[in-house]
Amino acid sequence: MTGNARRNEGTALKPEMFESIQVNLSAVERRAGTLTTRRSVKKEYQAAWLVKALTCIDLTTLAGDDTPGRVHRLAMKARKPLREDIVEALGLADEPPKVGAVCVYPTMVAPAVKALRGSGIPVASVATGFPAGLTPLPQRLAEIRYAVEEGAEEIDIVITRSHVLLGEWQALYDEVKAMREACGHAHLKAILGTGDLKTLRNVYKASMVAMMAGADFIKTSTGKEDVNATLPVSLTMIRALRDYGEWTGEKVGFKPAGGLKTAKDSLAWLILIKEELGNAWLDPHLFRIGASSMLADIERQLEHFVTGRYASASRHALA
Amino acid sequence: MPQIKEILQTMDYGPSPEASDHVTAWLEKHSEGFTHFIDGAFVSPENVEFFEVSDPARATPLGCVAQGTTDDVGKAVDAARRAFRTWSKLPGHTRARYLYAIARHIQKRERFLSVLETMDNGKPIRESRDIDIPLVARHFYHHAGWAELIETEFPGHAPVGVCGQIIPWNFPLLMLAWKIAPALAAGNTIVLKPAEFTPLTALAFAEICREVGLPAGVVNIVTGDGRTGAALVEHPGVDKVAFTGSTEVGRLIRQETAGSGKKLSLELGGKSPFIVFDDADLDGAVEGVVDAIWFNQGQVCCAGSRLLVQEGVADRFHSKLKTRMETLRVGSPLDKSVDVGAIVAPVQLDRIRELVEKGKAEGGTMWQASTPMPENGCFFPPTLFTDVEPSSTVAEVEIFGPVAVSMTFRTPEEAIQLANNTRYGLAASIWTENVNLSLDVAARVKAGVVWVNCTNMFDAGAGFGGYRESGFGREGGREGLYEYLAPVWEKGLAKGQPAAKPDLSALPAERAAEGAAEGVALATSTPTIDRTAKLYVGGKQARPDSGYSYTVRNGRGEPAGQAGLGNRKDIRNAVEAAAKASSWGGVTAHNRAQVLYYLAENLQTRSAEFEARLASLTGVSPEAAAEEVGAAIRRTFWYAAWADKFDGHVHATKSRHVTLAINEPWGVVGVVCPDEAPLLGFVSLVLPAIAMGNRVVAVPSASQPLLATDFYQVLDTSDVPAGVVNIVTGESDALAKVLADHDEVAALWYVGSAEGSAAVEKASAGNLKATWVSHGRSRNWLSASEGQGRDYLRHATQVKNIWVPYGE
Repeated sequence: MTGNARRNEGTALKPEMFESIQVNLSAVERRAGTLTTRRSVKKEYQAAWLVKALTCIDLTTLAGDDTPGRVHRLAMKARKPLREDIVEALGLADEPPKVGAVCVYPTMVAPAVKALRGSGIPVASVATGFPAGLTPLPQRLAEIRYAVEEGAEEIDIVITRSHVLLGEWQALYDEVKAMREACGHAHLKAILGTGDLKTLRNVYKASMVAMMAGADFIKTSTGKEDVNATLPVSLTMIRALRDYGEWTGEKVGFKPAGGLKTAKDSLAWLILIKEELGNAWLDPHLFRIGASSMLADIERQLEHFVTGRYASASRHALA
Repeated sequence: MPQIKEILQTMDYGPSPEASDHVTAWLEKHSEGFTHFIDGAFVSPENVEFFEVSDPARATPLGCVAQGTTDDVGKAVDAARRAFRTWSKLPGHTRARYLYAIARHIQKRERFLSVLETMDNGKPIRESRDIDIPLVARHFYHHAGWAELIETEFPGHAPVGVCGQIIPWNFPLLMLAWKIAPALAAGNTIVLKPAEFTPLTALAFAEICREVGLPAGVVNIVTGDGRTGAALVEHPGVDKVAFTGSTEVGRLIRQETAGSGKKLSLELGGKSPFIVFDDADLDGAVEGVVDAIWFNQGQVCCAGSRLLVQEGVADRFHSKLKTRMETLRVGSPLDKSVDVGAIVAPVQLDRIRELVEKGKAEGGTMWQASTPMPENGCFFPPTLFTDVEPSSTVAEVEIFGPVAVSMTFRTPEEAIQLANNTRYGLAASIWTENVNLSLDVAARVKAGVVWVNCTNMFDAGAGFGGYRESGFGREGGREGLYEYLAPVWEKGLAKGQPAAKPDLSALPAERAAEGAAEGVALATSTPTIDRTAKLYVGGKQARPDSGYSYTVRNGRGEPAGQAGLGNRKDIRNAVEAAAKASSWGGVTAHNRAQVLYYLAENLQTRSAEFEARLASLTGVSPEAAAEEVGAAIRRTFWYAAWADKFDGHVHATKSRHVTLAINEPWGVVGVVCPDEAPLLGFVSLVLPAIAMGNRVVAVPSASQPLLATDFYQVLDTSDVPAGVVNIVTGESDALAKVLADHDEVAALWYVGSAEGSAAVEKASAGNLKATWVSHGRSRNWLSASEGQGRDYLRHATQVKNIWVPYGE
C-alpha cells in the first residue's frame, strides 16, 4: 500500500449510529443473489476485470507448515503473477500487473519482505492471536509491533468476537483503537470473523465500531471460520462502510477473504463493489481479495482469453 | 475494440449481448406470416389479413401476425367445444401427463422463449430468463399436479367449458401460463388471444402444444387486436371469460358479458402502495423499490408505484433511492447487464410522457437518473416524483411505466389510510422489522396480495388477484382453480318459472282478510292491534324515506299487511350503516359464531310464530311451513359452525417464506333474496355473508317481505351488532340496481330473474364489484346441496395472500 493513501482517522464511539440498525436477511440475500445476474462482463472486458481482480489479491499463505522457502515461492509469484506471454498478449507488457500484497504470519514477514524488496508489493501480516484472537491484549499488541518492526506495512488484526456477541461496544472500540496505535504507520485491516458473528446486524455493528476505531479496511473472515466471505455478508459490510463514509467523509477499504477461489468469484465481488460503492473502490487501495488459489484460476481464464484454448494449470507457475 | 489497458481505467461493463440467432432463424421460417392455431393446426395463410409485430427496442419488424376475425374466433370456439367433450372426460391423471409434458418442453425451450419474449416485449433478458420463463414452467408443473388431484380435491365440481382468455403484453408467456395451466388442469378447453403487441411467444407455445401432442382443439390461439378480443368475449359458445389487462377494458367486458351466464375473472390495474416504516431496513427497501417499479419498465399491474415513506426517514430514504437510481442501466434488453429495457410500444411511451408532464405541471418534483439512454427505440428513464399528494394525477392514475411517486406519512394509521386511498386493490408492499406492525398493516390494507419486506414475489402455488377495481378472481394456487370449475349443483339448476311481478301498489287495499296479517285465525270482533313492518337500518327500525307502503298479499291474493316501499335513499342509508359496522369483520370468529348460535336459539323460540306466518302468508301447509322454519334454524346452526372454521391456507411457495392465504370478508355485501322460500331464502343468503364477517344490506322477497321484517326482531334479540344486517323492502330489481350502482358495496348477490341478473351484472361494472347471480334459475332452498355449502362461504370471502419471508 502506498504511503500517500489517506487513512481513516476514526471517530469517537457513537453507538447511536448503529444500535438501531435493521438488516433484513431475505432482502440482503435477494440483492446479493441478483447482483451477478444483473451484470455480466464478457471478452476483453472480462479479461480486463480479471486483471483488475488480480491486482487486488492479497496473495496469502497462513498455514502451520509455512517456511521461508514456501513464502519465497509465493512472493516470486506475487511479483510475476502471469506468464510473460499472457501479459504481452494482453498489451500490458510495459506495466505488468502484480498482486495487491502478500499476506503471511508475523514470523514469515521477514522472508516475505526480503523476497519482495523493490517490487512495491507490501507485506501484510496477520496478528493479534490470529485466528481466534483470544490471547491477552498486551501480547496481541506486542505481536502487531513485532510484525511492523519486521517490515509489515499492513496488519490484518482479528477482533474479539465475544465483544460483538455480548454487545460490548466500548471494549471492542478500545481494543481496535489500541491496535491501530500499535500499527503506527502500517495500515490496519480489521477481520470481523463474520462466520462467528452469525447475524447480519452483528456484522453491521462490528463493521461500524471497527471503522470508528480507525480501521483502514474491514475484512470479512480469517478463512478459518465455518463460513467465510459470502456476498450477503459483504453487502452488509459495504452498506456499513457507505453509511460511515456518508457520515464522516472517510473512505474505508473492504476485503473479503476465505472461500473466494475462482475467477468467477472475483468478478462477482468486483460487480458488488462497482454497484454498491462505485469505481473509486475498484482499486487495491480500497479493495482487496484475500485468496490463495484464485490467482491460478484467473491466470487460466486469461490464457483462454488470449489463446482461445482452454488452459492447464501445469503450464502456469505455482504460487 | 478497446484495449485492456483502457478498460482497466474505465472499468465499464462493456456489451454483453445475448445471442438471438435461433430466434431470428425461427422468425425467418415464419416470414410469410404467423397464422392462428385452431384445432391443432396453424390455419392456411390464404385470405388472411396480417399486421406487423415489432421489437420496441430497435423499432424493427419481427414478423406478421394474423388479425383474427369473428369467423376465426367462431372456428376456434367450435374446435374447443368439440375437444371439450373428450378432454373434460379424461382422467385427471391423463391431463396431468399433458401438462407435465408442456412444462418439460418449456424448460427445454427456455432460452429460446426468453430471447423471443425479450425481442417481442422489450423486457431485459435477465427478467425473461430468470423470472418470466422459469415461472411459466413452474406454473405448468404446479398445475400438472392439480390435474392429478382435481377429482379428489375438488369433489362436486366440474370444468366450466370453453374458456375465452385474453392476456396482456407485459408478461406475455407468463400470463398465458397463468390462464392456460389451471384451465387445462380443471378440464376446460381454450381459445386464447394474446396481446397484439406481443403475440409471438403464444405462437411458439402453440408449436409446443403440437410438439407434445396435445389433442386438437384443446388449446386454440387466435391473434389480433381488441376487435378479436371483443369477438371472443361476445361469442355465445364461450362459457368463461378470463381477462388480464386494463380496468377500462375489464369494465367493458363486465358489461358485455352481463346476463350471458359466462363465468368471469378479471385481473386489472393497480396503483399499489409501497410502505416504508422508520424501522425498516432502508437499503433493503431501496432494492425493493427497484424490484417494484423498475422491474419490467414498471409495466406491471402490481407495481409498487405509490411509495409511502414515514416522514422521519423520508429524506434519508429518498437520498438512498436516488443514489441507487444512478446505477440502473437502461438499454438494449438483450444485453445481459441491462436493468431497464424498452417500453412495449410508442403509444405506451407517449402515455407515460404525457402523465409525467402532467405530474410536473401539477407541482411534483421529478428526479431522473443521469443514466445514459439509448438513442433509438422506445425507452423511458427510471423516474421518481416527490412533492406529490393523493390529489396529484400521478399519485392516482396507473402510469404503467418506470415512474414511482413518493408521499410521506406520520403514523401507521395514516399509512393505512393513504394506502387504501385508491380505487384499486391489487397489491401492497410493507417494509418494517416489527412483526406486529407488518401483520397489522397486512391485515388492514385492501389488497389481494401483500408482500412484507419483499415485493413482486410470484409463485404458482399462491393466489394472485385484486380487491376493488383491480378485479376479481384469483390466479394460482388452490383458490385459482375455482375460477375454472363450476359447482355441479349450480350447473344443474334449471330455469325457474319467472315469478309473477308483485303489484307493489301504494294505494289502500280492500279490507284485509280476517286474521291474515297475523296468521292466527281470530274469530273476534275486537280488531288485532295493527302492526307496522319497517325497514331495518343500522340496528333500528326505520320508516321508508318515500313515506309509502305497499300492500302485501297472501297466497290467495288477499291483503295481508303492509311493507315499506324502500327507495334509493333507503339503500344509501343502509349501505352507510353497514359500512360503519366495520368492526364486525374484526371480532373473533368465535364471537360471530356465538351470535349466530344465539340467532338460531331465538328463532327456535319463535318458531311457532314464524311457521304460522309462513302458512298464512304463502299458503303452504303447516307441515311445509314447519319444514322451512326448521331448515332455517338448522342452516343458522350450520353457518354458526362454519364461522370459525372456513380457514385459509399456508401455501408452499419459496423456501423460508410463509405465504398466508387468508379468507377475508368483502365488507358491505348486497343480498337480493328470492321470492320463493321467503324466510329460508333470506336466511340462506344473509347468514353465510355475516358468518364470514361481511355486513349485509338485504332486499327480501318483494311479495313476501314480512318474514324478513319479522326476522329483524330476532336479530335485535340476538346481539347482532347494529348495521351488520340491514333490511330494505320494496321492488327488488329497482333496489338491486341501486345496490349494483353503489361504489361502497363490494359484492352483490342476486337471486331472481334472468333480466334482473343481467341488470345487476351490467351495473356492477361501475366499481367492478364481484357479483353472484342466479340467471333466473331456481334452487331448492330446502336442499342441503343447493341451499347451503362451502360455495356460499367462498362467495362471501376474497382471498388475500400475504408473503412473509423470514430469517435472521
